[in-house]
Amino acid sequence: MMTPDNLLKELCAAHGPSGFESNVADLVERLAAPYVDELRRDALGNLIARKKGQREGASIMMAAHMDEIGFLVSGRKESFLQVAAVGGLDPRVLPGQEVWVHGREKLKGIVASLPPHVLSQEDRGKVAQIHQLYVDVGLGEEALSEKVRVGDPVTMAVESVSMKGGCMSGKSMDDRAGLACMLLALSRLAAMKHPWDVYAVATVQEEVGLKGAQVSAFGVEPTVAIAIDVAHGNMPGTDEGDTVDFRKGPAIAFGPNISPVVCERLTATADKHGIPWQREAVPGRSGTDAWSMQVVRSGIPTAIVGLPLRYMHTAVEMIHLKTVERAARLLASFSAELGEEALQWVGLSPVDLEARRRGEKDD
Amino acid sequence: MIETLGVLSPIPGISGREDAVREAVLDRVAPYVDEASVDSMGNLDCVKRSKNGHGEKVMVCAHMDEVGLMVAQIDSNGLLKCRTVGGIDPRVLTAQRVRVGQDNIPGVIGMKPIHLSKPEERTKNPKIQDLSVDVGGSSKEETEKWIKVGDGATFDTKFEPVGDLVKGKAFDDRMGCAVLVELLKEAFPFELHGVFTVQEEVGLRGAKVAGYRINPRVCVTLEGTICDDLPDDKDRGRTTRLGDGAVITLRDRSVVCDRRLVSVLMKVAERDEIPFQWKRPLAGGTDAGSVHLSREGIPSCVVSTPCRYIHSPASMASPEDAEAVVRLVRNSLEELCSVAGEIDGRSNWKT
Amino acid sequence: MEDLIKRLSEAYGPSGAEEGIREMIQGEIEDCVDEMRVDTMGNLIARKKVGEGPRVMIAAHMDEIGLIVTHVDEKGFLRVAPVGGVHPLYVSACTFVFQDGVVATAGVEPVKDGKIPSMDKMYLDVGAPNKKECPVSVGDVAVYQVPFQSQCGRWIGKSMDDRIGCAILVQLLKEISSGASELFAVFTVQEELGCRGAVTSAFGVDPQIALAVDVTRTGDVPECQPMEVSLGKGPAVKVKDSGMIAHPEVRKRLVELAEEKQIPYQLEVLTAGATDAMSMQLTKEGVPAGCLSIPSRYVHQPGQIVDASDSRNAVELLKAFLEKPPCQG
Repeated sequence: MMTPDNLLKELCAAHGPSGFESNVADLVERLAAPYVDELRRDALGNLIARKKGQREGASIMMAAHMDEIGFLVSGRKESFLQVAAVGGLDPRVLPGQEVWVHGREKLKGIVASLPPHVLSQEDRGKVAQIHQLYVDVGLGEEALSEKVRVGDPVTMAVESVSMKGGCMSGKSMDDRAGLACMLLALSRLAAMKHPWDVYAVATVQEEVGLKGAQVSAFGVEPTVAIAIDVAHGNMPGTDEGDTVDFRKGPAIAFGPNISPVVCERLTATADKHGIPWQREAVPGRSGTDAWSMQVVRSGIPTAIVGLPLRYMHTAVEMIHLKTVERAARLLASFSAELGEEALQWVGLSPVDLEARRRGEKDD
Repeated sequence: MIETLGVLSPIPGISGREDAVREAVLDRVAPYVDEASVDSMGNLDCVKRSKNGHGEKVMVCAHMDEVGLMVAQIDSNGLLKCRTVGGIDPRVLTAQRVRVGQDNIPGVIGMKPIHLSKPEERTKNPKIQDLSVDVGGSSKEETEKWIKVGDGATFDTKFEPVGDLVKGKAFDDRMGCAVLVELLKEAFPFELHGVFTVQEEVGLRGAKVAGYRINPRVCVTLEGTICDDLPDDKDRGRTTRLGDGAVITLRDRSVVCDRRLVSVLMKVAERDEIPFQWKRPLAGGTDAGSVHLSREGIPSCVVSTPCRYIHSPASMASPEDAEAVVRLVRNSLEELCSVAGEIDGRSNWKT
Repeated sequence: MEDLIKRLSEAYGPSGAEEGIREMIQGEIEDCVDEMRVDTMGNLIARKKVGEGPRVMIAAHMDEIGLIVTHVDEKGFLRVAPVGGVHPLYVSACTFVFQDGVVATAGVEPVKDGKIPSMDKMYLDVGAPNKKECPVSVGDVAVYQVPFQSQCGRWIGKSMDDRIGCAILVQLLKEISSGASELFAVFTVQEELGCRGAVTSAFGVDPQIALAVDVTRTGDVPECQPMEVSLGKGPAVKVKDSGMIAHPEVRKRLVELAEEKQIPYQLEVLTAGATDAMSMQLTKEGVPAGCLSIPSRYVHQPGQIVDASDSRNAVELLKAFLEKPPCQG
């Protein structure tokens, strides 16, 4: 398995906005193949990798999403393209951005912006909405209509770059970083014994409603599901209550979306192996695959391992590489060390009413 | 039943941390039910087998969780930055007392004194980011001895009678829980699942998995619902009115209650002279919103007790309204179950 | 089809009270399907096996938007709330009708600065002298009252969203006799409330492929938000809307078939709006889903306009799809 930075570079170089993840799935499949027993794609395109454990009875599902935010071509006006957003894009970060238009060929484009010289004072203060933007690929009308159709995906054209301080910046760290963790965890598990089956699911369409995770969890029916996704790292202009520390390691979430027993085992595992971690309060909707997995069928105990990320949903997302390593070690150790107790996590726990009536309590 | 409410209301139980409420509920129902189990999300399913071996399952649910706060960060001064769990208007938080964390230590949500506030500040409402909970710690290190990020905080409100009414926190939905505890004391000719759900306030979540697992013939949701009956000079109507009896929902934002079930409720109320009122359509959402869409669909309806000032520190309700809810649901369940049986569209293919 | 769409358009059937539409459709299709049933929520599910092949669910929703009475005041005026996406701008000065035929005119309280008044400033007036003599109660639902008209090759009326989809699905059931699939034509309820009926009906049908037939807006009216779909240029193959992204194989198959059979079509990206396909796609382990859209002007307004040839072409394309559905996975 590659080093975290090379792995991330390769994953981020793949292009796959929500609904168009097959390129990314092909890459992840190739990277995961040496470490797993089975690989399949489901109806929506989720890539489900399974590494068999020693016995049956329980299973662990890790989920990291393949899709990135981007656009779809929504129209053409003269020799310019119009686009619609896929996922949560802030229009303010778009003018001047370089993109790839994935039409009949891969075409480089620029999100057009008018220079300040020709803008009125009033217009300079406004934010152009996405439907008001144009993408310029440098072709004439006829060539353009031959090569690009409504519905063609458009992604940011950014190569990842290594920074000082052990950081890396690029597009789609959300959630290629999560995929990297999952792949690194699988490579570690290859050399470890683990009782239960481990599923690593590269999910689709997280950015547009946590959809891939929902249907893949319905199919896999795991005992426990852990989402690995990015979390907001502290940066200027944000409130302390909304972010976690950028460098203090994976953020383990606490809140209604997280099962207390799973969380306890995760934190205990981290402490046991000296893996630095931090607490993240998630008071409601987590905005991760865990939210949809938790309420599939009769319920699945879920947890979230968050990777602190700065400048989320821009072309300059930044991550601390140590976070990726730490999270990978945590996931591998958790999966390997989860024992008999997992069997109790499945299904219902009966209450001893007799004892209660006698005045004793369940513990 | 009010006694049960008095026990359940003060217990802290924000969405995701309903354990203490569940314990108290179990203590109250243990003598009356045949089985009880807890699922992976924490929903409590109390089962009463039918007195005549009838196999139909009837689910009656009420949620154990309340809205509250969660500690998001402990700042350098030792104050807690919190975020809301469920829907709370920050305006009801200022200058309130709360109980925080596993040990329920007291905290206060302070407010800059009027003497020190600028005129323009006095007309602005605070956002949750502007408020902090002070538990008395002098520094981050000191506060961290008692509180962790992720700990919950709930209003610190005593339960007591006030005038003809009762006052306490979390009537949404400890009121529903108290009604359900009461119903579980009865015997019915079907298998009754009294389900105390979790995480309703963050998206009707517990009910979704409980409904899927149990897959009942019919579901009745019990709520402590909005009662906004302050003086109405403009004749715009109210969601519900205190004292007007059990509230029957036609439709809210989460569910269109099955009309045939609603007819049964109305018929029983009139027959047994139980005071009832219609809830203003399209106000709020409840667990029925999740359950009715489960699998191939489960006929569902909602009966509630009107409670003033829900989602704020102190709610008020009328014991008579609550008794009306108990009677109405108890007297309707059997017919609701048989009417739902006629609706069941799972296998009645016509050629 | 024109007579059918006229009757469907003018009929009463808001979300939560779709029986009238369902009965009309049952009457139309009972002789051309193998079986049909009504599920718990009120969805009408009709099965027609046209050949050996996958289970294909095609959904069109029966419900329309409307206004529900939340309060009858002492003077007999009705306060209302929207059932589905009713914008206050399209309430004032409109005429509405209740299930039993009672007609109401919408009034609006004056607002300052020419702003658009919010729904709480709106009220319905049935002409009742006071509350006691008002023929309408809390919970009653009114829909727009618009007579259907056919002109210029177009059909104008209320609730083309989604009675046109229903008409197309009925027509499909009447015309199709051979193919390579088992068709489940589902006339759903409560789509306007969040695609609810499709959730439970899809769980029951358990399809291998799913398509919604619903309207989409157009970009061919003055000063509108840009959109590549126009009236009369063919049914639109949906790429994405705010509820779902179409499965590429479903989308490609629709495009291939349209080109092969020379059926005019358009490609659609809709920025705001969802269809039953959203719910069907997320059933159980996931279903490859798509949507064939009928371009409509003035969606969620009283007088909607669709093109007759677009609707005809939609039937043809759906027939072709059932003859050659995309393969699995």
